[in-house]
Amino acid sequence: MSIFVDAETRVVYQGLTGSQGRYYGLLNRDYGTRVVAGTNPRKAGTDVDGIPVFATVAEAVAETGATASCVFIPAAGVHGAVIEAAEGGVEFIVAITEGVPAHDEADFYNRLRRDHPHVRLLGPNCPGIISPGQCNIGITAGHIALPGGPVGIVSRSGTLTYQALYELREKGIGCTTCVGIGGDPVPGTSFIDCLAAFEADPDTKAVMMIGEIGGSAEEEAAEFIATRMTKPISAYVAGVTAPPGKKMGHAGAIVSGGKGTAAAKMDALREAGVRVGLNPTEAGELMAGIVAEL
Amino acid sequence: MDLFEYQGKQFFAQYGMPVSAGEVALTVDEAVDAAERLGTPVMVKAQVHTGGRGKAGGIKFAATLDDVRTHASDILGLDIRGHVVGRVWIEKASDIADEYYASFTLDRSAKKHLGMLSAEGGVEIETVAVENPDAIAKVWVDPVDGLDEATARDWVAAANLPEAAVEGTVDVLLKLYAAYVDGDADLVEINPLILTPEGRIHVLDAKVTLDANSVFRHEDYAAYDETQTRDERETAAHARGLQYVGLDGSVGVIANGAGLAMSTVDVVNQVGGSPANFLDIGGGANAEVMAGALEVINNDPAVRSIFINIFGGITRGEEVANGIVEALERVAIDSPIVIRLDGTNADEGRTILEPHLSDVLQMAPTMLDAARRAVELAEGREV
Repeated sequence: MSIFVDAETRVVYQGLTGSQGRYYGLLNRDYGTRVVAGTNPRKAGTDVDGIPVFATVAEAVAETGATASCVFIPAAGVHGAVIEAAEGGVEFIVAITEGVPAHDEADFYNRLRRDHPHVRLLGPNCPGIISPGQCNIGITAGHIALPGGPVGIVSRSGTLTYQALYELREKGIGCTTCVGIGGDPVPGTSFIDCLAAFEADPDTKAVMMIGEIGGSAEEEAAEFIATRMTKPISAYVAGVTAPPGKKMGHAGAIVSGGKGTAAAKMDALREAGVRVGLNPTEAGELMAGIVAEL
Repeated sequence: MDLFEYQGKQFFAQYGMPVSAGEVALTVDEAVDAAERLGTPVMVKAQVHTGGRGKAGGIKFAATLDDVRTHASDILGLDIRGHVVGRVWIEKASDIADEYYASFTLDRSAKKHLGMLSAEGGVEIETVAVENPDAIAKVWVDPVDGLDEATARDWVAAANLPEAAVEGTVDVLLKLYAAYVDGDADLVEINPLILTPEGRIHVLDAKVTLDANSVFRHEDYAAYDETQTRDERETAAHARGLQYVGLDGSVGVIANGAGLAMSTVDVVNQVGGSPANFLDIGGGANAEVMAGALEVINNDPAVRSIFINIFGGITRGEEVANGIVEALERVAIDSPIVIRLDGTNADEGRTILEPHLSDVLQMAPTMLDAARRAVELAEGREV
């Protein structure tokens, strides 16, 4: 089992005809993802390496039965693309694009909740999601993930997500689903959404969580873990030594007004019973220990 | 992007908010000329991207042109929390009957806009929040709905502003919200928002942070990019399109991905070293980007060793290794380098690097090993 996406997920790529969309769309298909369609209003009727291109998501859904969309549209067009996908009838939207204005994110987040409450958005500015062996949507290198479980991964960072997958694979530990929620101020899917889904997934026996400085998502996750999670968790929080007031690459990764420090996040997670590593390797080792005890 | 006070006021003025007439001055003479045109009395205000200006002596009242000359020469060049004052804002002085606080920012937990209004203005809002939290009236605005007048009116009532201030404040709050949303701001803050003895509401200070991701729809924001506070290293990195934050240590850090770069900085600290910077070169790690990153790090005189930490995902290990080798041919590096290469095709990548290894170009199997080695090299050079 897995969360959010599996072997049945049928994906339409918004921006499949662009260089990034084409590159990753075809890589995802090579991995085994059911890449059923692309969209581009100016290239409807053509195809990308055999994948049909439609004018809109709605048409792609009607013609191919797409259930998910992956957005590879430049930042200025992401707001329109996300709304189009939701109105077009997919139930899961993965927005990879970075550099989306925070006001756009806040707007489409709230629009989706109000008008399309059954639609889940992942991202923007995220590496995507992979249920190893079943479905890979986004920019994760599929072969670094070992299929099968028992670990679910949720992460705010791209390369640290790959690092986590890799460390687990090196130890022979598989992954049910790995969700990159992204480093932006208003992520469509939160730690808590993923933790709740992993808790409900019978094949996920433990969860690895990778956070970073900024905001209070990790603290909120800690509260959820303390009250609602029965499965063991290991975690790492990047940015222990980040200076206040400086954005560390991600728009959301900033310590401001004494809030959002890694130390506070790690303390909150520890208090919730999470095994917290001081670097990604240590978090991987802690997870190996957890898996050995299962 | 942080705006100076005067830029913030000009920004607010575009949305119809009442601000004082003023001029920016880079020299004492310019300050005096500005005051002469505006007419005394004026305020002489340091323009820096930090708070605490008043306490540091960066804001002075000038009754006469001689006062302007004295204050401007004191303030220009003043160091306020590490920010050296390079410009002052000269504006008409205002009489104050009462001071309030107003702001909008994004509440990341609620995923809505958060407006804060307080009858206790003129002091730091963090202080009010700790000492008298009930004095801050908060309103959460759904971005889809926006802020309407009825909500603004209820909000002002909740903040217990005096009757004389209500109409003017409602007006300013609606305009402040428009500026916040239409201007793609991360933060708009007025502290203080004042009531004058004549009963007018007036914006006496402006703190504005704009979302750099929104520049594609705000062509005029390029001007603000030029006045950002960056040290020399940050300016050089910014020109090369690199995500760089200057730190105080001696180990130069290059990594791909923001999370991994942050983590690399952490690990250097953990093993007892001190990182010179945070530098994220993004996913690709090609020769061009790597050469640019090495140049920026090499120009930092504090750097004693360099730690390159790359995790290959879609970008394969051999591409990364070739990028590093090519970059090193282009840039002459003064400090020893330690490379940790992992991920996709890492073995192939290491094989490519192997023949180039020496005392000054080393490779380590893990992030921790590489960090330890880089720190040892940094310290060895310092002895």
